[in-house]
Amino acid sequence: MKFDTPATTNPIDRLKVIGKPTNRIDGPLKTTGAAPYAYEQRDIPANAAYGFIVGSAIAKGRLVSVDTADAEAAPGVLTIVTAANAGTLGKGDFNTAKLLGGPDIEHYHQAIALVVAETFEQARAAAALVRADYARARGAFDLTAAMDSAAPPKPMFGTIADTAVGDFDAAFAAAPVTLDARYTTPDHSHAMMEPHATIAAWEGDRLTLWTANQMVAWSVGDMAKTLGIPKENIRLVSPYIGGGFGGKLFIRADALMAALGAKAAKRPVKIALPRPFIANNTTHRPATIQRIRLGATKDGKITAIGHESWSGDLPGGGPETAVGQTRLLYAGPNRMTRMRLAVLDLPEGNAMRAPGEAPGLMALEIAMDEMAEKLGMDPIDFRILNDTQVDPEKPERPFSQRQLNECLTTGAGKFGWAKRSAKPGAARDGRWLTGMGVAAAFRNNINATSAARVRLDKAGVVTVETDMTDIGTGSYTIIAQTAAEMMGVPLDKVVVKLGDSAFPVSAGSGGQWGANSSTAGVYAACAKLREAVAAKLGLNAADAEFVDGEIRSGDRRVSLGEAAGDAGLVAEDRMEYGDLADKYQQSTFGAHFCEVGVDAATGEIRIRRMLAVCAAGRILNPKAARSQVIGAMTMGAGAALMEELAVDKRFGFFVNHDLAGYEVPVHADIPHQEVIFLDETDPTTSPMKAKGVGELGICGVAAAVANAVYNATGVRVRDYPVTLDKLLGGLPAIA
Amino acid sequence: MKAFTYERAATPAGATAAFAKAPGARFIAGGTNLLDLMKLQIETPAHLIDVSRLALDTIEPTKEGGLRIGAMVRNTDLAADARVRRDYGLLTRALVAGASGQLRNKATTAGNLLQRTRCPYFYDTNQPCNKRQPGSGCAAIGGVSRTLAVLGASEACIATHPSDMAVAMRALDASVETVDAAGKARAIPIADFYRAPGTTPHLETMLEPGELITAVTLPKPMGGTHIYHKVRDRASYAFALISVAAVVQKDGSGRVALGGVAHKPWRVEAAEADMPRGAKAVASGLLAGATPSHDNAYKLPLVERTLAGVLAEAKG
Repeated sequence: MKFDTPATTNPIDRLKVIGKPTNRIDGPLKTTGAAPYAYEQRDIPANAAYGFIVGSAIAKGRLVSVDTADAEAAPGVLTIVTAANAGTLGKGDFNTAKLLGGPDIEHYHQAIALVVAETFEQARAAAALVRADYARARGAFDLTAAMDSAAPPKPMFGTIADTAVGDFDAAFAAAPVTLDARYTTPDHSHAMMEPHATIAAWEGDRLTLWTANQMVAWSVGDMAKTLGIPKENIRLVSPYIGGGFGGKLFIRADALMAALGAKAAKRPVKIALPRPFIANNTTHRPATIQRIRLGATKDGKITAIGHESWSGDLPGGGPETAVGQTRLLYAGPNRMTRMRLAVLDLPEGNAMRAPGEAPGLMALEIAMDEMAEKLGMDPIDFRILNDTQVDPEKPERPFSQRQLNECLTTGAGKFGWAKRSAKPGAARDGRWLTGMGVAAAFRNNINATSAARVRLDKAGVVTVETDMTDIGTGSYTIIAQTAAEMMGVPLDKVVVKLGDSAFPVSAGSGGQWGANSSTAGVYAACAKLREAVAAKLGLNAADAEFVDGEIRSGDRRVSLGEAAGDAGLVAEDRMEYGDLADKYQQSTFGAHFCEVGVDAATGEIRIRRMLAVCAAGRILNPKAARSQVIGAMTMGAGAALMEELAVDKRFGFFVNHDLAGYEVPVHADIPHQEVIFLDETDPTTSPMKAKGVGELGICGVAAAVANAVYNATGVRVRDYPVTLDKLLGGLPAIA
Repeated sequence: MKAFTYERAATPAGATAAFAKAPGARFIAGGTNLLDLMKLQIETPAHLIDVSRLALDTIEPTKEGGLRIGAMVRNTDLAADARVRRDYGLLTRALVAGASGQLRNKATTAGNLLQRTRCPYFYDTNQPCNKRQPGSGCAAIGGVSRTLAVLGASEACIATHPSDMAVAMRALDASVETVDAAGKARAIPIADFYRAPGTTPHLETMLEPGELITAVTLPKPMGGTHIYHKVRDRASYAFALISVAAVVQKDGSGRVALGGVAHKPWRVEAAEADMPRGAKAVASGLLAGATPSHDNAYKLPLVERTLAGVLAEAKG
């Protein structure tokens, strides 16, 4: 099915199942521990061995020698894989550095060897006996120092380095009120609960991977390319994923090394990455340096808006696209954005929840707060005054839906924004300085081709098969809701099977494209199944109704089970997209509000309450969507207040590579959260009329927190995370 | 983790005797720190002597009017003890500021004192660390040091001690009771229990090899207002950037110890004479001789400000 004209009324609009706050259909499996995550798969060949990866002790240079003699002699060791004996390996399209290093070392903790043993403990102990000699080379590890060498990145995924409209320089120079500020965001770790993990088993020349992966088809392709085997020979199974956040979009060392280890040991091999590897062996969100310039008239109309961003990555890598939202979020006739990419020899930078917008809004939405203050305006009024209903770089493109103003005003009322003191440092609650902050949330909607197969059996059960993944987001449930709505059956008559490359290729989970795209694929397959049911009964599908487990047409009523018969019915289709996303700018919007307390003596910052108001198309399942948004708000709070991969600029690695050193919020940090979804349907996105929401929830959060800290203290921190050491100098004198 | 042998001791004497037969062994109690370190190959003992079931898990009054806390008393139980809560509130507050409920259920009084540093370079076996591998150097100096020591550090080591409990114990003038392999018992004032890092940062306490902590005693209650303020970026489940343990009497006199600033709980008794004059005066004595890095210089004003907040809170 091709979606190339805006949706009209369709069976989803019945909203009998879609739009309801349905509990997760996979919830009981997860709460009882019965959902098998990658490392816990039970339906695997017997006799699995265990692998433990040795990571490089240097960031850049060459492996002079690897002495595996002691490790090979250690108890239980079956085999050791290194670049020297792994054979010729390619590199996947989605990997920047090789997953098995040597002789060249590209980053710290790059895999240099795999020890396979009878037990996990034996593999780990023997891994410590592998002795590597290195020739250390000079690397670049400091983004600030590398700024001057940064160059325009080559276009990736349609993202260009520079945009310009009007005459930014002249307009900025002429503006009566201006802001020119520099902001920094640090490297972030996905820090998901489940580390990357894989079980690999070979049967002849066919490889099966049970792994934790967000993008099944991408990863089958990249594994095939890396191993130099046909992708038809690979089956990748990823039914449950303990958090990904972009860190599991690709195959990583666990998957490749398990495949190589299993081949060498001639047994299935299980590998889970140890926690320190999450920071330095896998990918992370790259740090940015951002310069924002705003010029406005005295009454607050933006006349010039400029946003530049610098980030770094390994050679061949890409930039953090932190200026993207600035091309779309606010009006202004004179505009410029610019991205520059430096070569850094830190571990590979890549996508993490809302890449681009998350760090971009961390800067832009502080800048908007600063500018509002310079103008003597309320920051909400300032944003509303500069709203645009069209793409400001291409005014012929309207936004398909844009309720940013409504998000801001709804949130202001609900949050009690009127009680905020415009003057910073003016509100106090005992020893706490208190303040409120706001930020706009913005994240583009992306649609991607997605296919599904649906089966109808004689019991009237609809089974959906698609390689879509559920990374904790609720894919199982919204797909079940979609099939139930389309086929007119209750939810308990739907079975959903996900995350298996044997199933039709879906959009996968990333870029908040999963929910709308994958359900649209299921919609297409169900539409075909409805036709098949009707055709089998000699009915016209267009006239038929699918209600209460029956197909009804005229005065005929046939149960779906009966229609399916013993043979059952199967339909498969995919949803593809025309050019609606070119004609319309499809984006999601929101407003984040935060109240903080700052200890007047110590500068400790504690969030008191948070509110998100989101306008993101049809909300397929308000309960799952709320969970996505509060999780994203929590992640945004982490980015605001504590998360930073600390770079050792001498040796080129992230020092705090465990969850004691890389702090993410705990319950005590997040006392109260509320989420409001505005009513919205977007007929330009798909027949589901939905958009993504899981990444919108993080966008702008950190700035709302930072702005609240400023409002509480009068100390403007432009370098994340906003930690107490950056406040101390500006806090009130103490007795 | 290196393969190791294991035995369970039934008595303190049995434990120390077992050590005599297996020099280099480690005592293990709650294991909340040692097991992690073994998994990471930071500690690689060939033999473990499990002392967790020794009958050292009671809290008894002493004839001096204080409390004798068995070495195996769990942190949770110690924090919840009615006598501790009434007379040594500082200790309860420090304990519950540390770790998580699950960890406190396992962690013991003796083990808490013997926690090893959380310096990130100590935790990465690819990096030189004089504490982990004597003589290899210190990667933390000149590296990422936001959480590291500003006082009492050496050119060999700038690690901090991570315990909250020990900071309270230091302010309370606790004493560490031990027994050695020969069966000889001694009491080490907590002021003397930890060593300066000097050139031998791998030697962290005055315990001799095989010497076993049997109890920690507290002197008789000193009254006053007990406040433990642990400062951290995250609201819970984080080690202290700095902490202030204070006992403040009605007349403004009192005592104060700091956590998160040195290789041991930091207390300067002479500085306490300035307590009635306020935080600035006390802090200048407490922080004399500080050697902060660019990353951790904030700890000095933070100590002063936190202490000021604590003294204000004590006044009520």
